[in-house]
Amino acid sequence: MLQDKDRIFTNIYGFGDVGLAGARARGDWNGTKDILARGREAIIDAIKKSGLRGRGGSGFGTGMKWSFMPKEFGARPHFLVINADEGEPGTCKDREILRHEPHKLIEGALIASFAIGAHACYCYVRGEFLREAEALQQAADEARAAGLIGPNACGSGWDFEFHIHLGAGAYICGEESALIESLEGKKGQPRLKPPFPANVGLYGCPTTVNNVESIAVAPTILRRGPEWFAGIGRPKNVGTKLFNISGHVNNPCTVEEEMGVSLKELIEVHAGGVRGGWDNLLAVIPGGSSVPMIPKGICETVKMDFDSLREVKSGLGTGAVIVMDKSTDVIRAIARLSRFYKHESCGQCTPCREGTGWLARMMERMARGDSKPDEIEVLEQVTRQVEGNTICALADAAAWPVQGLLRHFRPELERRIAEARARQSGLAA
Amino acid sequence: MSARSFAFDADNLKRAEAIVAKYPVGRQASAVMPLLDLAQRQGGGSLTQVVMDYIADYLKMPPIRVYEVASFYTMFNLKPVGKHHVQVCTNLPCWLRGSDVITDTCKRTLGIGFGETTADGQFTLSEVECLGACVNAPMMQINDDYYEDLDPDTTRAVLSVLKQGGKPKTGSQIGRRSCEPKTGLTTLKDIQPKGKKK
Repeated sequence: MLQDKDRIFTNIYGFGDVGLAGARARGDWNGTKDILARGREAIIDAIKKSGLRGRGGSGFGTGMKWSFMPKEFGARPHFLVINADEGEPGTCKDREILRHEPHKLIEGALIASFAIGAHACYCYVRGEFLREAEALQQAADEARAAGLIGPNACGSGWDFEFHIHLGAGAYICGEESALIESLEGKKGQPRLKPPFPANVGLYGCPTTVNNVESIAVAPTILRRGPEWFAGIGRPKNVGTKLFNISGHVNNPCTVEEEMGVSLKELIEVHAGGVRGGWDNLLAVIPGGSSVPMIPKGICETVKMDFDSLREVKSGLGTGAVIVMDKSTDVIRAIARLSRFYKHESCGQCTPCREGTGWLARMMERMARGDSKPDEIEVLEQVTRQVEGNTICALADAAAWPVQGLLRHFRPELERRIAEARARQSGLAA
Repeated sequence: MSARSFAFDADNLKRAEAIVAKYPVGRQASAVMPLLDLAQRQGGGSLTQVVMDYIADYLKMPPIRVYEVASFYTMFNLKPVGKHHVQVCTNLPCWLRGSDVITDTCKRTLGIGFGETTADGQFTLSEVECLGACVNAPMMQINDDYYEDLDPDTTRAVLSVLKQGGKPKTGSQIGRRSCEPKTGLTTLKDIQPKGKKK
């Protein structure tokens, strides 16, 4: 397990001074000018070498993403956009960075912007996080007053402006191209790709969109060296990660751990164990609501990283662990998620707009047992028809939790339908 | 707020200018969401067509583009809301920790259901999707603040303070600083400044 000396977010709980003095005492803004002086190629190479993979859910290499930006600067300005539209059920890690470690994010924004040739960064914070946005703005004002951002940021010769843009309540804006649309003042409806944002992004200009956590860890990686970060975890699944453990545990919490920490350790050591003891565990959704659940048997041994969770047909997603004990009505739990995706579908693609409605209605009936046994097969088919047939991944995210339920709890569905039918015929007789 | 006309007051005009200045010249449409928010606050919590038309005119946008935005995002209220907008999260992590009970408590205490406003115009109750405070579940948002780690008693207490015109304590209702384990730290034990809060 991770030791404190290797933790990046040492003020994640907000016990220390959130302001610039406190941040500096924790090492933020230390030698930022020297980091920038290494040049953009060297910075991107170091981030590539560190093995950092995007912390927002996709797990795409951050350094690789930065390298997609045009090397030559043409007439179009470059932009960095930070995705702080945190809304994946179970996920509440970026919130803590915004309000307790804002200087890590702003320093990271400067470094990343410099590396991709951007003079401006827009940080898109979900509208409900007003207090968090206020904390971030305060930190940005402090940093600007101290010359760390603004014209000639940190004395580097690079001009850099950091702007906060508040969303207004739409889960879909967490999708990068929907976020860009929203930032341009439109409905948050994802764009067809290609072209990718690195070529045609915000205002039609080259744009990189990164998650809050990915940006906030970059300065520490560059200070301590890519080898340090790459040495934590196992190959291709390296570094530290913020995990949120919610649901049926004794002490729900957020904690920074090493990539590849065992799920059981995460729950038992940090979250005080499953309510009623480990044997009372039913299943876990290990990476936010969009990834398929895994039953207790898999939870015994699985490690929390991208590849380990993919091997068990789930995913690391955002690192949000939702724990369900044996008292959980697992069908109703997934029905609730199906309702969520129906609510959040932007309505642009037919398979998603209609499919999420189908899933929600079928799941609601399944939860009551008000279905025919062969409808389980129809449910499965609907998830397959929705999946992969839309512009963005929201439809996949709606399909996967249902598929996870069918994979691991099909007998539960069959039993519920049989019981309801037995009750019905009992009433009819 | 008169339904016939709308204009930003002097303070908000200044704020609006500062907001528009964040975006490149000619990209003032980017300011539509922050300006709608500003107008909604000035207008008592909801938006009317008159207000949206004003924003469209202010930003030189076709009004339909503003209506689209206002109707797409859930935080824009196209119907009047009470002075206190109580929004209970019922998504999975909150539901697992008893959001049904919190919902019932709100309904009973306020005497209204989801989507309704009390007769005195003080409270509107809404069901909302995940608000991103899942390790502090169950929780609700009232206007700009989060109330977390709720149970029926603390939920009633928060509502009762608001009813009396007071300001309830925001954040965790069981004394947690933020997202740390409630029984004590499992990490960073030696790094935290002793006994110092904020």
